[in-house]
Amino acid sequence: MSAPSRVRGMVRTLLALLSLCVASAAWAQEPPPAPDRPLADARQEARAQALFDDIRCVVCQHEAIADSPAGIAADMRQLVREQIAAGRSDAQIRDDLVRRYGDFVLFSPPVRIGTWLLWFGPFVVLLAVAAALLAFARRRRPETAPLSAEEEARLAEILADRRDPDAKPSDD
Amino acid sequence: MIVEAGAFALVLAFALAVLQTGLAAAGRLRRSPVLAGAADGAALASAVAVALAFAALIQAFAVSDFSVANVAANSHTDKPMLYKVAAAWGSHEGSLLLWCLVLTGFGAALARARNLPFGLRTSAVAVQGLLGALFLAFAVFTSNPFERLDPVPFQGASLNPLLQDPALAFHPPFLYAGYVGFSVCFSLAVAALIEGRANAAFWPAWGRWVRPWALASWVLLTLGITLGAFWAYYELGWGGWWFWDPVENASFMPWLAGAALLHSSIVTERRGALAAWSTFLALLAFTFSMLGAFLVRSGVLTSVHAFAVDPERGMMLLAILGFAAGAAFALFAWRAPQLKGGGLFAPVSREGGLVLNNLFLTAAAATVLLGTLYPLILEAATGATISVGPPYFALTFTPLMAVALVVLPAGPFLAWKRADLRGVVQRLAVAFGLALLLAVAGWFAFEPRKILSALGIGLGAWLILGALAETAERIRLFRAPAGETLRRARGLPLAAWGMTLAHAGLGVFVLGAVVESGFRVEAARPLAVGESLQAGKWTVTLNDVRIVEGPNYLAEQGRLTVAVPGGATRQVVAERRFFPAGGQTTTEVGLDFRGLDDVYVVLGERGQTPAGQPGWSVRVWWNPWARLIFLGPAIMAAGGALSLLDRRLRLGAGARKAKAA
Repeated sequence: MSAPSRVRGMVRTLLALLSLCVASAAWAQEPPPAPDRPLADARQEARAQALFDDIRCVVCQHEAIADSPAGIAADMRQLVREQIAAGRSDAQIRDDLVRRYGDFVLFSPPVRIGTWLLWFGPFVVLLAVAAALLAFARRRRPETAPLSAEEEARLAEILADRRDPDAKPSDD
Repeated sequence: MIVEAGAFALVLAFALAVLQTGLAAAGRLRRSPVLAGAADGAALASAVAVALAFAALIQAFAVSDFSVANVAANSHTDKPMLYKVAAAWGSHEGSLLLWCLVLTGFGAALARARNLPFGLRTSAVAVQGLLGALFLAFAVFTSNPFERLDPVPFQGASLNPLLQDPALAFHPPFLYAGYVGFSVCFSLAVAALIEGRANAAFWPAWGRWVRPWALASWVLLTLGITLGAFWAYYELGWGGWWFWDPVENASFMPWLAGAALLHSSIVTERRGALAAWSTFLALLAFTFSMLGAFLVRSGVLTSVHAFAVDPERGMMLLAILGFAAGAAFALFAWRAPQLKGGGLFAPVSREGGLVLNNLFLTAAAATVLLGTLYPLILEAATGATISVGPPYFALTFTPLMAVALVVLPAGPFLAWKRADLRGVVQRLAVAFGLALLLAVAGWFAFEPRKILSALGIGLGAWLILGALAETAERIRLFRAPAGETLRRARGLPLAAWGMTLAHAGLGVFVLGAVVESGFRVEAARPLAVGESLQAGKWTVTLNDVRIVEGPNYLAEQGRLTVAVPGGATRQVVAERRFFPAGGQTTTEVGLDFRGLDDVYVVLGERGQTPAGQPGWSVRVWWNPWARLIFLGPAIMAAGGALSLLDRRLRLGAGARKAKAA
């Protein structure tokens, strides 16, 4: 490595270190999120963890508070833990959050008139497609009307000539 | 100069695509092989022109030509060469060019498909040219990656550091190849609707023609999605691999429609039935791809993956989607009722099984569509905002798919036309019994005991054993002498092996997903150097943290030891990288691969331990059987590829036979 490039390398390292300090200073202005303090009771902590997966970090793109590194997610986790420790039920905690942030905060939308289509739509689609297929199959049945005597005779003739290649069980 | 050549090549590609459409349409109307041949030439030339434009863009990125706005916005001189090149498809403009490259590339391949009849091929080439012209126009007029900057900036703004990862460098090419590969199925479907008479011989042939394209696209899309999930798993640092994020869903919808098409086209090929339905799915798969492009690029969705793009371009994409899909489905609504039905079959038959498969895959795709679009629609209609996330899909998508997977292993045992259900049950009894035993074993093997997870383990085992049982049956394993079995195994078509592999791969994935999501253990707390953390049976110790310099970042690098009673002690390295160019921080997960399990270590921010010492927050996950989550789809893709090879041989054999005749 030539001398100038080494100098450049050092300068770059210094600059990078400097910017890391600046960035740290920027973080320092906005206090870092409080570290997670799991609840002492393992069962309560498990309830908290399960709730974290369902609650959306309200400033994030599409992340649960369980996964988000954002400060507000840490605050919300803290809030949920406090409420569990205070003996509130999961439903009460969810209701509180919805009162504060709206339905947006839960990853499972409420079941009400406006979301019926969302919740029941998949099963309606399943039934509708099944019904359409059945109707289609029934409509086509007339095509398989029993053969007339004349046709039966011809069929027997043909079958005697050669075996129907489609009749044997398939190998695929 | 090279950049101008690239810009010129892009405009030329657009003109050639328009020419291709016109020539092919005229060639079809006048039944002129000369005009059609010219259209084929234009299709090839258009693909070559886009390839040249793409090469020019990569060159601009490789030499860091910051006079190009797109390079200045997405690259930086300090970046490693791999990420300079990968940044060419890391932005909206560049990835759209990649989209066009795949679209015209598949178009050129379609134009060379000599096995197709004149009418169908020429019509399909016209439709493919029209799709190419639409997207190239969008690229040229609204998203030109070759726009220059004046004054030229001294340094670039760098690529989003999250994207500077090998998995992500290769994820978009595979994903787009899959996404856009379905355009050929779309074109063939539109062409079939134009050409397809009430001709019973036409549809089985169409099924055979469309299947290789569907198979290739589906295999590539499978790989693309898996690479993306793997990237999310180890780069985002939250221990998960799928979050039902709108953009993830956008890639999953064409995958589901494509999987349905793969299966329905078998029925169309073998029995001439479900012609209208297969056509519908072929249109649907690429419509979902275009919908995905709109959702990702318009900014209507909030997602970690979305490109930040202005709504105006979104409107243009919506117009393209509306025109292409609207015209195609209108044609479908007009022509589908006239399609001849094809062979008849009893409800319990191979055809019936494949219809059931399609029923559930379509309902699953509809679920994903609803879950993705519903928040948008509801907000537009009523102003109410809701979030649709994993809990919704766990209650809708998962049960639908679970039912489909329970019946899946029976499908390959069913005979065409009319099957003997009792015989199938008898032949699968051993596999079912073993799967049940494994479910019970799973119930006892994992803590805490969960009935649904145990059933899930049984389901995964059922899929694998069912697939193997079918192959064993065919080669008469242990029933015939070894020589006879070997002879039969050799005689089994590659497509049959491919199906077994793909279905077993699905089972492998189910095992991984069930065990990982059911029994993953997480632990997090601030650690000072020398302190340890317990996650299940694993003890993770923070040995030291130091600052290291990467090519374009500075990192806090933590070295940790992962220990387990009765197992080897291993080192992992977890980093927190700071990229000065964009001022962003990313995590580099430390992964200890332990058999099928992962010990997943994330180094967090510097802080204080409860004892008041300086420390780093460390998060550890024990993800049991996580390896299978990514291995399963890879096996599925391998199965698809095997089946594809078989098709090619058979097409070749057909051509040889035709020549001999």
